[in-house]
Amino acid sequence: MDSDKKSRGKRVVPGFGLTLGITISMLSIIILIPLASVLGYSFQLKPGEFFDIMTDSTVLWAFFTSIVMALIAAVINVIFGTILAWVLVRYDFPGRRIMDGLIEIPFTLPTAVAGITLSKMYSTTGEIGGPLSALGIKVSYTHLGLIVALVFIGLPFVVRAIQPVLEKFDYQYEEAAYTLGANPRTTFFKVILPELRPAMITGFGLALARGIGEYGSVIYISGNSAKEHTQVVSYIIMQKLERLDYAGATSIALVMLLISFVLLLVINIVQIRQSRRTNNV
Amino acid sequence: MYVELKDINKHFGDFHVANNVNFGIEQGSLVALLGPSGSGKTTILRMIAGLENPDSGDIIIDGKRVNNIAPAERGIGFVFQNYALFRYMTVYDNIAFGLELKKMPKDKIKERVNELLALTNLNGLEKRYPNQLSGGQRQRVAFARAIAPNPSLLLLDEPFAAIDAKVRQELRTWLRQMIYKVGITSIFVTHDQDEAVEVADRIIITNKGCIEQIGSPIEIYKTPETPFVTEFIGQSAVIEDYHRLNGFEKGDYKGAVIRPEFVEAFKSDNQKFKNVIDISEEGEITDILFRGNSLELTIDLNGVPITVHRSLERREVRVGEKMRVLIFKLFAFDDEKAYLLENSKLKERNINNEHLESYLYNENTNSFVI
Amino acid sequence: MAKGVRDKKKIGKAGVILIVISVLFVLLMLVLPLVSVIVNSLKEGFGFYFNSLSTKYVLSALGVTLLATVCAVLLNTFFGLVAGWLLTKFSFRGKQFLATLIDIPFSISPVIAGLAYIMTFGRLGWAAPIIDSINNTFGTDIQIVFAIPGVILATTFVTFPFVSREIIPVLNTQGRDEEEAAALMGAGGFRIFRKITFPHIKWATIYGVILCTARALGEFGAVAALSKTRGKTFTLPLEIDALYLAGSSDSITAAFAVSSLLVMIAIAVLVLRNFFERREL
Repeated sequence: MDSDKKSRGKRVVPGFGLTLGITISMLSIIILIPLASVLGYSFQLKPGEFFDIMTDSTVLWAFFTSIVMALIAAVINVIFGTILAWVLVRYDFPGRRIMDGLIEIPFTLPTAVAGITLSKMYSTTGEIGGPLSALGIKVSYTHLGLIVALVFIGLPFVVRAIQPVLEKFDYQYEEAAYTLGANPRTTFFKVILPELRPAMITGFGLALARGIGEYGSVIYISGNSAKEHTQVVSYIIMQKLERLDYAGATSIALVMLLISFVLLLVINIVQIRQSRRTNNV
Repeated sequence: MYVELKDINKHFGDFHVANNVNFGIEQGSLVALLGPSGSGKTTILRMIAGLENPDSGDIIIDGKRVNNIAPAERGIGFVFQNYALFRYMTVYDNIAFGLELKKMPKDKIKERVNELLALTNLNGLEKRYPNQLSGGQRQRVAFARAIAPNPSLLLLDEPFAAIDAKVRQELRTWLRQMIYKVGITSIFVTHDQDEAVEVADRIIITNKGCIEQIGSPIEIYKTPETPFVTEFIGQSAVIEDYHRLNGFEKGDYKGAVIRPEFVEAFKSDNQKFKNVIDISEEGEITDILFRGNSLELTIDLNGVPITVHRSLERREVRVGEKMRVLIFKLFAFDDEKAYLLENSKLKERNINNEHLESYLYNENTNSFVI
Repeated sequence: MAKGVRDKKKIGKAGVILIVISVLFVLLMLVLPLVSVIVNSLKEGFGFYFNSLSTKYVLSALGVTLLATVCAVLLNTFFGLVAGWLLTKFSFRGKQFLATLIDIPFSISPVIAGLAYIMTFGRLGWAAPIIDSINNTFGTDIQIVFAIPGVILATTFVTFPFVSREIIPVLNTQGRDEEEAAALMGAGGFRIFRKITFPHIKWATIYGVILCTARALGEFGAVAALSKTRGKTFTLPLEIDALYLAGSSDSITAAFAVSSLLVMIAIAVLVLRNFFERREL
């Protein structure tokens, strides 16, 4: 019997053993064992080999590109995602419901489709890329293009993280602030924003995690040029796989797994803290 | 004894929630497990139901040891604190659920459900879903569902906790009558002494995993046996300097409890009390609370705060006013037991409570003395 | 509900600005790409459109995609129901950790999922000899990597948490007292699930299945690593990739034609999502 305070006493509802068995088996077969194989293979490499692979300038640049572009995109998404969530929760206007549904386009649209469309739209002959190139701004096949694709992919993560918190937000806090003489601006920045911070961090983290590993939507628009440093890590892994360079692919994957693991951990901690805080109120 | 607990012990981690619990319940009785939260009362109920296993000891229902018998086989009905009604089933299906499990034929189920709907006054609501019912109606559905398969023992976990204060009063009477009508041995858990006193015919008081006292509501009220019970029951204020009060000598006690009804406070010109005024003491009113049907006065008596109720029909009093105070009796206690001490001065004069009552009541005007 | 009623009435100047920003952002970032796909796909007329949809490659890819999607959705729905029951009806040590493990596919690059199966079942994988010996013993010809089973596994991996993620929050709010009550009355596990638990999560399950389907149909990165034969193991997104990278104006238009199929599915999913959300209220 475990000591978990919530699990007072015995399990009355049947099926614990069965569901635990099935859950762990399926999780192991589909997710854990294959990932463990990657770890297992990469651990066979000598430290020197691993070091050589990771310090190759193409690889380092790819990590730089993936992480920095994902960071920039996530910041943009937090700003626009917060505005969108705010507008969707706080205002009633014609088309609000439709707009709410449209937020999820990036979740449901296949990444490859998003990739080729964005690439075409932002190319010098495209609907948006054309006018922009007249102004001297090139988007497709540059870092800017990468950011556009990652903003597209990450947006719903942020909006969907913030929306429920905002919906549950008690108007009394705001009203309390108003009655104490705070103007709407002060109220937003001093009262509402701090409450939203955990949700914003969660959304930021999810968008970042997704952005760092993104493949389908970025490979067309980025141009994958080693010279321009527009190659992303996922592209490098794929390239090494095609060349049957398994040592290279697994080493890079190992580092990527580590990054996602840390991000996932941080997000989880933030979420647990958040629920603990709100539960105590 | 119909239900018996013998030397039951149970821990949650380091927490001893049941410490050598022993008691028996007679068939047909309606028993309250009363105690503050964390006293182990709910755990005891859940162990009887089989929702928890004791670490040691025997649970006996109808002469059979049931420790190793599954909850569903113990012949019990259980009413959960929040009723746990099946939200996606109608009232009818909720009540019929336990009968279907017994593979009862359809027409028999219908008969039994209709009988219960009539009994619990739920006629016409059978097609509703739980969220379309009021709190009181939900409790009745939960009750009907629990007794549908004819269990021989009904267990109720804080049956009134989820109900508004106003409806609660009605439901107490309703539940008591219903349980007698059905004639089922019942145990319910509560932290509210009024509830226990009004509904149950026996009360088991729990504290820190131990049984403090078992008895009828009157017994518990009139002769509390332990320090905990004296304090827990009634509106009780603990005082240490009881021996400073007129008529009580210092004994080998740790403290005492005085209930408001043990005290009389009157103005010094009150003629009714003229023959006891010399053994009363003077105190000063420090606080007056309006309690709806009476006043609650706090009187400072030689530095001891005393609480007393005062009828609204009597003369007005105000904070700072001097009053004469007479204490008839109190419960003194040491570490283990509680003792009734009577005012020695009153005793000398052979005046008991009843005499005092007659002092207070004016039969001619049918009202209390001013 | 009382929330929102107070503030939704008055929009104010700042509100109008925020709404305009949001609407423009959504139109530009999310809606325009969808329109662009449709426009591009019809550039050569309807005849060309339908011809490019009925090539043997596209038809084969459609078959593979549907097969992989059906398998992934079935597996993940079963898993979602089982894991949902486990994680909400019981308390046990390590529960939070298990929930985190299930979410792994959300935060890692799909390319790594592909790599993981290659490192498990591929030429260098530790499971390759096992499969070889099975094939030798039973005279079968089971192949996982670069074959249909690999495509199915990769699709399952990427969509693994989709159904459980929808079910778990609903079951968490429901609590477990109904199940305890039923168990106490002597109901068995399957009956409790069917009559008491499932009605609570019916719509969440359907919604999860829809999302899972959408994501499975569009999976690209993981499948790209595991599928190399056009016309045999290619899925629709891979076919789109192949057509787009062929580079001729005709094949790019064909790529958009195939994409338009997936865009229509994406839109259908959004509409269904909205429909089910209303059902829940």
